[in-house]
This record gives sequence, structure tokens and C-alpha cells, in this order.
Amino acid sequence: MIHVESLSKTYDSGFQALSDVDLEIRRGEIFALLGPNGAGKTTLISVICGLVNASRGRVLVDGHDNVRDFRRARERIGLVPQELTSEAFSTVWDTVSFSRGLFGKPKDPRHIETVLRSLSLWDKRRNRLITLSGGMKRRVLIAKALAHEPEILFLDEPTAGVDVELRRDMWEVVRGLRDSGVTIILTTHYIEEAEEMADRIGVIRGGSLVLVEEKRELMRKLGRKELTLHLREPITRVPATLDGHRLTLADDGHALVYTYDGRHNGEDDQAGIAELLADLDAAGIRFKDLHTRQSSLEEIFVSLVRETT
Amino acid sequence: MNLQSVKTIYLAEMARSLRTVLQSIVSPVISTSLYFVVFGAAIGTRISEVEGVSYGAFIVPGLIMLMLLTQSVSNASFGIFFPRFSGSIYEILSAPISYFEVVLGFVGAAATKSVILGLIVLGTASLFVPFSIAHPLVMLLFLVLTALTFSLLGFIIGIWADGFEKLQLVPLLVITPLTFLGGTFYSIDMLPPFWQAVTLANPVVYLVSGFRWSFYGLGDVSIWASLGMIALFLAVSLGVVSWIFRTGYRLKP
Repeated sequence: MIHVESLSKTYDSGFQALSDVDLEIRRGEIFALLGPNGAGKTTLISVICGLVNASRGRVLVDGHDNVRDFRRARERIGLVPQELTSEAFSTVWDTVSFSRGLFGKPKDPRHIETVLRSLSLWDKRRNRLITLSGGMKRRVLIAKALAHEPEILFLDEPTAGVDVELRRDMWEVVRGLRDSGVTIILTTHYIEEAEEMADRIGVIRGGSLVLVEEKRELMRKLGRKELTLHLREPITRVPATLDGHRLTLADDGHALVYTYDGRHNGEDDQAGIAELLADLDAAGIRFKDLHTRQSSLEEIFVSLVRETT
Repeated sequence: MNLQSVKTIYLAEMARSLRTVLQSIVSPVISTSLYFVVFGAAIGTRISEVEGVSYGAFIVPGLIMLMLLTQSVSNASFGIFFPRFSGSIYEILSAPISYFEVVLGFVGAAATKSVILGLIVLGTASLFVPFSIAHPLVMLLFLVLTALTFSLLGFIIGIWADGFEKLQLVPLLVITPLTFLGGTFYSIDMLPPFWQAVTLANPVVYLVSGFRWSFYGLGDVSIWASLGMIALFLAVSLGVVSWIFRTGYRLKP
């Protein structure tokens, strides 16, 4: 759906915001772009949407070059910017209708109504934007982006500064959009958001995409797993017969922690657990409880960003 | 051509001035009336005819021009500056419209407002002094061309300005002085020869003179010089605007 090819951007100040980014966004997916502040997330979106000129490289939107064939590229895209910007004195209805007209679509009050209702803005349609709360303004920006029925929606930090309840609501809206066939690209600081929503995840750092992966695959490959065994009787050291397993003592000898992650051992880990349990039994170590824990996307993200520093 | 988009920008801009009807329509009318009271009634009665026209009638074209220049610049500059300032320009830049269409929407609306205002001021003036219009079509042509040209200039200022101070700077420091010194309230024949020559370097002289010619058939310079000047202005403004959009100056990093 979106094809980004060796895209670079150096601002006049000399700051290189993007260097040689290649990216393929698939039709109908939710793609989350993660990265620390200043990593280039917003610049990447801005170049695709036509707000920033690329220094090198090109962008195709559904096969249309976003510079040479900008009309057809841009009419497919809706953009929800990070900053809450609005014409303070116009009403919700007017500003959303304006967006539709701006994108060259004929008036369609029914569609505007549908959009406003889906974002719980219908009751506020006659309110001036200046009277709305931050969360409501954010919804208005989403409504504006949806007014022209885009096939692709960019959400730049859609839930920054939005309370938890509203955030859940927005996730619902985004899922509903995806179900209706809209391709969604979002950037976020909230890793749980990406974890909750995304089909695929891209991590950007210092202007380079360091990784693009299916979310499940990413969690499987990079997700560290821990098996903690709570022992009946504390032990002072790990018996020599268990040396083959990566075990550490914890909780003053009351627990044994076995860590395994897909990165080093791949599929073997599953077999590793069975062996471990058999060896524990042989060593006469009894445990009263066990639990496993999988690292969250947040931990994966932090370790990725550290690793590439 | 994406007419729907142009229409949308145009109508939104027109609606904005309806919301602010007080400052965009009432205040120019009041200030024009004040000029008539001061220059026409109070001072004008002490001045005999200028080139065969009563002083009150003589200043009508100049006053309309004064209003047209300042309002075109301020309307158009604010129209594009405000979205830049508030950040909502992102939507215009990401819309499937060409720069030409953006200009058409914004400048078209600003120029329309100025023309309407010019006609309103004309109507207001007729309440104060009797006057006739010798060449109504030329008058309208000047009105439209001037409104268009100076709306373009305003658009350029609105893009160049990076704060409210700069937005005011050009109208205050350039437009207003040039207009006052451009024969708005006098014929340049009234000046000493040296200043007459200096004044001819002031482009506004040609606009006021041409506009006055359309009323009374007389001007400080020939009508062709006036038309040439407005055409030159228009061409320069268009050139600058197209440069702005080609380079993305102040709009697209």
C-alpha cells in the first residue's frame, strides 16, 4: 500500500532526520512505528504525507508517486497530527466538513454524521473547537482525517495526553477502521498501545529503521522467557548435575530461575524445559510452585534501542 | 483542477470574515467616514477645486485605494498566517491540491472581500459628496486588479512573517506611507518639482492616478502607465508566490 524507498531527509540545519529508510506497508494492516523522541517518526510520516520534502528517495502510495502524482497519492491518505491544532473559532461540524471539501470530495452530511457519531462527537457538533477538552480536540482531528474516506490513516501519537478510558475508546475506533479495510500507521510512545493494536512493528532509531517485524514474531524471537521455580526447601547452590541449564538462584535460595529466549536457542527451548524438570527430579529438588513470565514489548523495545546505541 | 478544494478554501475564508464582520467590514467603513469628515468636510471646504473637481470628490478614489491596499494586504496575510501559526496548515499541505489552487482559494477570497469593501466605501462616500464615474468598467478593472495584486502581496507577507509583529510591519512601514505619499489626498502637481520627481518612484502613485482617471478622466500620470504598473506588480507578486511554492519557503522544510 505504501512503498518507501531509500528515503533520506536532512534538514537545512544539517540535522539528518532520516537515513536510507526502506519500508513496505501492507494493505489493511495496523503498523506501529516505535522509537524514542527525535528518532524520525514524525519526519517519516511528514514526508509520506507531503508536509516535508525528502532529500533523497521516493514514496509510492498505492503505486502513485507522492511528488509527481501527488493528487492521487494524497487523496488516499488521512493524517492525524501530533500537535492539537485547530481553527479555534469554527464549529466541529464546520471544520470536519471543511476537511472533506479540502480533499476534493463533494458534500456528504451523512458521512460526516457517521464519522462524528463513531467518535462520540455528535453531541458536540455545534460546539466551537476552543470550548472542547484536549481529548475531544484529538477526536476532532481524527474526524477531520476521516472526513474524506481515506484508505490510509496516519496517527501520529494519537493517544498522547489522553486519559486511559479515552485511549481504550480510540483503540476501538482504530480497530473498527481496520476492520472496514483502512490501512493504519501509528506512532506511539505507549508500547502497550503497539502491543495491543499492531499487526506489525517497526522500530526507528536515529533516523534508521532498525527492525520491521510481525508483532507476534517479534515477541517470540526477542521475548525473553523466565521460568521461576519456588522450592520447597532452600538450597545454597545449584547442584553440579544441573550445570547444563542456565539456572540462577534467587530469593535466598528459595527459588530457581531458568531463562530462555528465542534469540539464542530457538525452538530447542521447549525441549529444554522438559529436560530441566527431569534433571531437577533426578537431583531431588522439589518445588511447590512455578510460574513463567514473558517479557513485554516494552522490554524488547528498550533492549533493542540500547543494543543499537 | 480541483475546484471542490478551491471552493472549500474560498468559502471557509469568506465565512471567517463574516464571523469577524465587525473588524473586516464595519471598521473600514467607519475609518473612511472619518476621513471624509476630516478631509472632506473640515479641511476640504477651505481648499478650492483640484483640477476642476471638488476636493471632497477628488479624494474619493484615493480613499478607496487606501482602503483597498491596506485591507487586501491584511486580509490575505492573516488568512494564510493564521493556519501557519495555529499549525492547522498541515491539512492544506497534505491535501490533494496544487499550490496554484491554494493561492486561488486564499487570494481569491481576500480579493473578493476587498472588492466588496471597495464598493461599500464607494457607497459610503456617495453619502458625503456628489461625484460621478466617467469610466465604470475601467474603475472595476482597477478595483479587481489592485485587490488581486495586493492580496497576493498579503499572501506573501503572511508566509514570510514568523510572528505577529512582522505581519504588521509591512502594512505599517511600507503600504501606509506609500499610500499617503501616493497622491491619495492631493494631486502631485501640488508638490515642488523635486518631490514630484521623487514621487514618481512611488508605485502607489500610478494606482491612485489610474483609479482617479477612471472617475474623472484625469490623472497625474497617463492611464497606460498606471495599467502597466499594476500589471508589473501583478507579475512580480505572481513570480514571488510561485517561487515560494517551488522552494517550499517557510511552508515545507
